[in-house]
Formats: sequence, C-alpha cells, structure tokens
Amino acid sequence: MSTQAGAAIAETAKAVPPRTRKPFRLGVGRWGLGVYSILAFTFLLIPIVYTIVFSFNQVRRSNIVWRGFTLDNWINICEQPEVCEAFGNSILVAVISTLLATTLGTAMAIALVRYRFRFRSATTLLLFLPMATPEVVLGAGLAAQFLTAGVSKGIVTIILAHTMFCISFVVVTVRARVASLDPAIEEAGRDLYASPAQVFWRITFPLLLPGIIAAALLSFALSFDDFIITNFNSGAAVTFPKYVYTAATRGIPAQANVIASAVFLVAIIGVVIAQVSAGIRRKRLAKVS
Amino acid sequence: MAFGAFATATPVAEPAVRRRSPIALFLLLPGAAYLTLFFLVPFVSLILTSFQTPREFGDIGQYDYAFKWENYVTVVQTYWEHIIRSFGYAAAATVLALLFAYPLAYFIGVKLRRFPLWQALALTLVIAPFFISFLLRTLAWKQILSDEGPVVTILNALTILPEGAHITQTAGSVIFGLTYNFIPFMVLPIYTSLERLDLRYVEAGGDLYASPATTFLKVTLPLSLPGVVSGTLLTFIPAAGDYINASTSFLGSPETAMIGNVIEANFLQLQNYPAAAALSIILMGVILILVAAYVKRAGTEDLL
Repeated sequence: MSTQAGAAIAETAKAVPPRTRKPFRLGVGRWGLGVYSILAFTFLLIPIVYTIVFSFNQVRRSNIVWRGFTLDNWINICEQPEVCEAFGNSILVAVISTLLATTLGTAMAIALVRYRFRFRSATTLLLFLPMATPEVVLGAGLAAQFLTAGVSKGIVTIILAHTMFCISFVVVTVRARVASLDPAIEEAGRDLYASPAQVFWRITFPLLLPGIIAAALLSFALSFDDFIITNFNSGAAVTFPKYVYTAATRGIPAQANVIASAVFLVAIIGVVIAQVSAGIRRKRLAKVS
Repeated sequence: MAFGAFATATPVAEPAVRRRSPIALFLLLPGAAYLTLFFLVPFVSLILTSFQTPREFGDIGQYDYAFKWENYVTVVQTYWEHIIRSFGYAAAATVLALLFAYPLAYFIGVKLRRFPLWQALALTLVIAPFFISFLLRTLAWKQILSDEGPVVTILNALTILPEGAHITQTAGSVIFGLTYNFIPFMVLPIYTSLERLDLRYVEAGGDLYASPATTFLKVTLPLSLPGVVSGTLLTFIPAAGDYINASTSFLGSPETAMIGNVIEANFLQLQNYPAAAALSIILMGVILILVAAYVKRAGTEDLL
C-alpha cells in the first residue's frame, strides 16, 4: 500500500467519528437463518411424512394408531372400491377441465398481450375477480344458478365449475410467456410466406408450450385437490377430496393415504427431475458461452 | 396483478405494437363468455337468491323471488359471531404465516441466490404440501395434535398442559391449521420480490452506517412490500372463506365454526338458500372492502 493511500485512509478514519455502539446484531449469528429454514422445511413436511407413513399401517377399523408395517394397502389399493372410484372421478374431472381451461385461457392470454380491443379493463377484471373470490362464494353462486336453472348436479357440473376457476390461473401463467415472446420471430415467418396457421402452429405454439404446460399442470393440481367448490356442485358424484371429507367422520381407510402418497411422489419426482435437468442445461450453456 | 407473483419471472420482449383485429374477438370471446356464464351470472343469481322469500305453503327448500332485504338483518343477527370469528381467525393466520414465511423467503431468495439448483429444490419443498391432498394433510395435523397424539403426550409428560386440556377443537388449532395450509401462498410472492432485490442497496445501507435492523426496515422491507401485500391477500382471502380447518371432523368444534361452515350448513343441509346466499354476499363484500382499503394503504395500487 502506498503511503499516500495509507494517509488518505487514516484521514477518513479520523474524519468519521468512531462508533460508540456496535451495530445491532441478532445473537443467532450467521447460521441462524439457515437453521431456522431447515426447521421450517421440516415443519412443512411433517403432515406429508405422516400421511405417507400411515399408508403402510396395518389397519383394523381406523387408521389412527400405528399397528405395524405392511405393504397390503399398496398392493390392494382397490380393496375399498369407493376410494378407487372417487380417484377415477377426480382424474376424469381434472383432465377434462384442464383441457377446457387451458384452451380457453391460452387464447385469452394471447389476445390480452397481442391485440387492442375495447373492454380491456373489463376483461382483466373478469379474470381477476374469480381469483379474489373465496371458494365458498364461487361454489354457492354456481350451485344457486344450477338450482335456479334446474340442472341436476353431477360430474358435468363439477367439470363446469372447475374449468371456471382454472381459466384465470391459466391466463396469468401463459400471459407471462406470451409477453416474453419476441414478435420478430413470427414476423420472419410471415416474411417467408408462411400462412397464419403455419405461423401459429410452427412458431408461436411451440414457443408458448412451456408456459402452456405449466398452466395445464397448475390447473390439474387445482382441480384435483379442490374440495369446497366441488362440495357445492357435485350432487351424488364423489371425487377424491369429497370422499376423504365424508369418510373423515367415520375413519379414513389407509388406501386413501396410499393414493395421496402415490400422487405426491409422482408429482415431486417429476418436479425434481425437471429442475435438475434444467440445472444441468444451465450449466452447459454457461460453459459454452 | 397481485397474482402475477406466481408466474415465473421471464424477460419481457420488446412490447409489440398492439393491433386491432377480428382475431382478438375470436380469441377472447369463448373464454369471456364462459366466465360470464359460470362466474358473473352465478354471482347475480346469488344476489337474487339472497333476497328470496319462502314459498307460501311450499316445502322446505322452495323459495320465490322477492326483495326480502330482511334476510341480511336476520343472518347478521344470527351469525354475527361467526362473521367476526372468520375475519379474526383469518387475520391471525395471515400474521402468523407472514412471520413464519418472511425469513424463509429471505433465505431462499437472497441467501440461496448463488446456488440456483438448491434454490429450486427449496422452492419445491415449500410447494410440496400442495402435492398432497389438502384434506389429508389437515387430518394428519388433527391426529398429530389429538389427545392421544405425540404432542399432547409429551406436553402432558412435562406437565405443561393443564389437566384435561385439548389442542384440537380449539380456536388455536383452527388458526394453526389455517396458517399451515396457506404458508406456501405467503412464501412464494415474498420470495419473488426478494429474489429481484438488488443487494447493492442493502450494502449501501451498511456503508451509510445503518444498523442491520435499520437497513432491513428502511431498505429490504419496503422493496419486498409488493410480495408481502400479494402474500397477505393470497392467505387472508381463502382463509376467511375456509371451512375445512374449522369443521368438527377436522381441527375445529361447533364453537369455532366460521362463516364458511355456516354457508355450507345452510346451503347443503338446511336448504336455507337465501341465508347462505346473503352470508356469501356479506363475506364477499367485506373482503372487497378490506382488500381495497389495504391495497390503498399499502400504496401498491398498481398491484391489481
């Protein structure tokens, strides 16, 4: 260090009065936040681990007390036929409402980003309100309408209801993707004499696909786990959450835990694989550039 | 939009010149029509139902259209406790979830920033509860906290818990359940805000001799406010209308019944549709007023 610089530093040190008090510090120190986060993650996982562990329980009448390890529940999933039937209904409802909501929502997202039209703010409000409305109100409102119209409730009304509340989430998810899309790419396609349909299916759609897939997965998850709106609009039809709700009073069979655990494991493994592969891709790109 | 916080942050391309085109109508109309038919019209239908009057000499569950505004007076008189309880529980759960979520979101968004893979995995852990049935995870807590469960047994062994006291079926367990179930909704938007936080601002605070506490209050917190506002709304709104946690077969008891429980009972069991509708409209109205006031106060009007 040159003396000049040293003198300058000494000068500044003199100019600034020494601080009388050490700055306030949390006693927990550097590792406090990390330790807290690990505890917090553990807390979040407790009921998940509990549900999975009790899917291996030797059940007699109720699945509350631990009676020992068995694989029977996993092997005979459909021993309680109502559980499997409810699960099948949930999958059916989730698939159809996801397809409907993703189609309708993607179209709306493209229109919102790309086109000018009247009633833009009214449309945005129409999309925002279902997300800001508590589920009981959505459920009771639809049920009141079906009652007035004399529609008998069942699988179809559940699908209609689920599609409704999924659309807004699809629009929000896909819109971000449309906004990040460079219109010059599509223009290049048009310049090369591609028809509008070709531009859409060869360029726009593939580029939007990650957003559309994310939206579809979100819709599926929302629909699959929905109970409140379903309860108001299902009539005699039983979905998986509705089965759990009615069974809760008399005891849930371990097969319900099996189905929930299996769904959980499939979802979490899928997400982790996607993230790890994205991480690897990121690293490779970093190396190339 | 408040819920935009959920969307992944993607670089926004040059905004294209928005064109007018008949294609826009073709793209918009099906979705808008669907939402009108299955969201807007039902809402109007709910308002009309709330003014209905029982049919003369009719069966239970038969009502005629009228303008019986007294329905609102009746439900408020009968259920004012449930209404206040709902908003009280929801507010308590929102505050608890915020206190729980902020440090966690800070850890993921700031401390794990240099480790993208760990960050992604930590976010997966936060949303992991969404992948297992909402009802089953609430039931799991019921059994963990039940009188025969491990928590009560340990507390009894340490003689912390008074004789004959329960954890489940109390206001505390309902608030606990609401907090647990909506924590991910709180973490994600706060994380999104903190992830974008430029750490040089925080450094500048330290350079200017602000204590870490002052830096946090004057720099970090204000910059993460949009996330906090989104998170509290995403927690408060569903919590106020929830009736799973408060129901007797889950974490509640008849004394903890919330407005959602009353709406469900009136609609699906008692077939008192006007009362259920009036309560729904009250719930919706109070939420809209509270949200508008809150968003205005937080100074993030551009959020919506």
